[in-house]
Amino acid sequence: MDGDQAPRRTRVVLGEVAARRRPTDRTHADLAEQTPVGEALVKGLVRAQLALALRLALVVVTGLGALPLLFAVAPGVGSVKVFGIYLPWVLLGVLSFPFLVGVGWAYVRWAERNEQDFIALIRKPEQ
Amino acid sequence: MNPYLLPGLIVVVLVTVGIGAYGLRFARTTSDFLVASRSVSPAWNAAAISGEYLSAASFLGVAGLILRYGVDVLWYPVGFAAGYLALLLFVAAPLRRSGAFTLPDFCQVRLRSLPLRRLASVFVVFIGCLYLVPQLQGAGLTFTTITGGSYAWGALLVGAVVTANVALGGMRAITFVQAFQYWLKLTALAVPVIFLILQWQSDGRPQVTPPAGTTFPAATSVVVSQDAVVDGQVVHKGDELHFPAGAAVPQVSTVDATFGDGWLLPGGNTTLFATYSLILATFLGTMGLPHVLVRFYTNPNGASARRTTLVVLALVGLFYLLPTLYGVLGRVYTPQLLMTGHTDAVVLTLPEAALGAGHLGRLLGALVTAGALAAFLSTSSGLLTSVAGVVFTDVLHAGRTGSVRDFRVATLLAASVPIALSLYVSNMDVSRVVGLAFAVAASSFCPLLVLGIWWRKLTDFGAIVGLLVGGGASIAAVLLTVLGPPLSGWPAQLIGQPAAWTVPLAFLAMIIGSLLTSRRVPADVGALMLRLHAPESLRII
Repeated sequence: MDGDQAPRRTRVVLGEVAARRRPTDRTHADLAEQTPVGEALVKGLVRAQLALALRLALVVVTGLGALPLLFAVAPGVGSVKVFGIYLPWVLLGVLSFPFLVGVGWAYVRWAERNEQDFIALIRKPEQ
Repeated sequence: MNPYLLPGLIVVVLVTVGIGAYGLRFARTTSDFLVASRSVSPAWNAAAISGEYLSAASFLGVAGLILRYGVDVLWYPVGFAAGYLALLLFVAAPLRRSGAFTLPDFCQVRLRSLPLRRLASVFVVFIGCLYLVPQLQGAGLTFTTITGGSYAWGALLVGAVVTANVALGGMRAITFVQAFQYWLKLTALAVPVIFLILQWQSDGRPQVTPPAGTTFPAATSVVVSQDAVVDGQVVHKGDELHFPAGAAVPQVSTVDATFGDGWLLPGGNTTLFATYSLILATFLGTMGLPHVLVRFYTNPNGASARRTTLVVLALVGLFYLLPTLYGVLGRVYTPQLLMTGHTDAVVLTLPEAALGAGHLGRLLGALVTAGALAAFLSTSSGLLTSVAGVVFTDVLHAGRTGSVRDFRVATLLAASVPIALSLYVSNMDVSRVVGLAFAVAASSFCPLLVLGIWWRKLTDFGAIVGLLVGGGASIAAVLLTVLGPPLSGWPAQLIGQPAAWTVPLAFLAMIIGSLLTSRRVPADVGALMLRLHAPESLRII
């Protein structure tokens, strides 16, 4: 391309301008350069996600993990019948699976919300 | 022999090879072969992961275990499904965001250590083989049960089909094959079970555990496979015992099975320690299985990896509702398996036993057998792909620029050892070995992944120590169980179900080893954590 020729036309779109400007945001730069502020932001996200995962794991541990102990401590619970079927068969053979899916569904929802909060924090214009 | 059987099996093999060949048209680059160019949609990917995961142990073994031991072994299917929840909570999205191809890749991305990478490769190959051998054995045993043919031919046939498929199509093709096989497996269990339940209804709902003990539903003859004591009488191998309809099923001294309340109510035949050890192994082992992890790299981003895992959890949970019904109905219609000890065959034999040897019974029998074949094919394909991937990048040192031809060589290398082993070691118990593979995975890769993803202070030294101590202890327990003398009492529990002590040991060793060498924490750990946990839309390069 010759030097005296006019530069090629570029289409200017608001979104692209915003995208190009973003790395100069203070918070975004903090993240990229690993400043103490950026470090603290990432630590906050990791902590939030870990706390969420641990909390839901605790739900499963108390919901499912306590069952063998319960059946051992109180054998009477094991011989309760629901619709003619013994309770342990219903709990383990049928209900445990929707329970696990439900916990997983809640996790996906909340984990994505954590991430959106994090994005909002980074993208927030300086005030 | 069932006349529908051979056409059914041929259709499964042809469709598998056909979809593999169809996928081959899209497989162009090495990246296509290894991770399907990371362009598989969550629905396909989830079906593929489920198809890959539901192995012979799930399709045949779980129903067999329930037939034999009852309510206590329901923890197997629950644990096999719950493993995906643990994977979802702690591993799925960050692992995808790490951008690694394989588990050894993750070690290098996170801790930048070549020795650790090598060690991880050794574990991938060990776990892969430990899991692959029983799959091929299961194939051989099914082949013998159904056709009366030789065990070696069944194992060789499945081994050859799988090797050819992986070597020719790589993972892209495998994704479609696996997805097809999930739906085949689900159909193969779900359709017959409807007819089985209708039959049970029309038989007047015979009791699963009659007060007088389990009885034969029809006149049955049982061929004794081992010298044993039955009802106080000594019987010899090859003797044929005849029972009229309604006779009580006697207990055979050489076959371990549970009767009466012990089958029906919890705590009948396992200790609390064994139950919790099993729960720990299956809940935490899934995330450490190499063939499961390699699938996560085919998701386009972290959020889709999470959604994929949730769909997998639902698909796998749906599937595990079915084997329980087979185990329970097997108690009514095929109690002779409790005498022969071939309880793993309950899924295969139940349709004909309950519905009679008419067209319906035989058609459904063929469908179930085709599903079993799909189970062997899909799990062994997935295992072979991941083991071959590791052999390709870490043993042949081909790196990511290696050619497709090198990947094919790696596949042949990776397949030859387990196939040879499966021919020579035919007396290992399928479901037990699979449980042991879970224990090894839970005590090696689970701590490595969880600490690597969530704990900044993990060092390469700590990871190596943890792998050697936890993984080493569990491998020693596996080798003792498989090769060693029979044990009894507490040593048998500790060695036979090692996860309860090897998993905490691995975590502890990894944490202490890391704290002692805190200078070795990678300097860029902050950037790594950002990469693992921040959404892709914020990625800064």
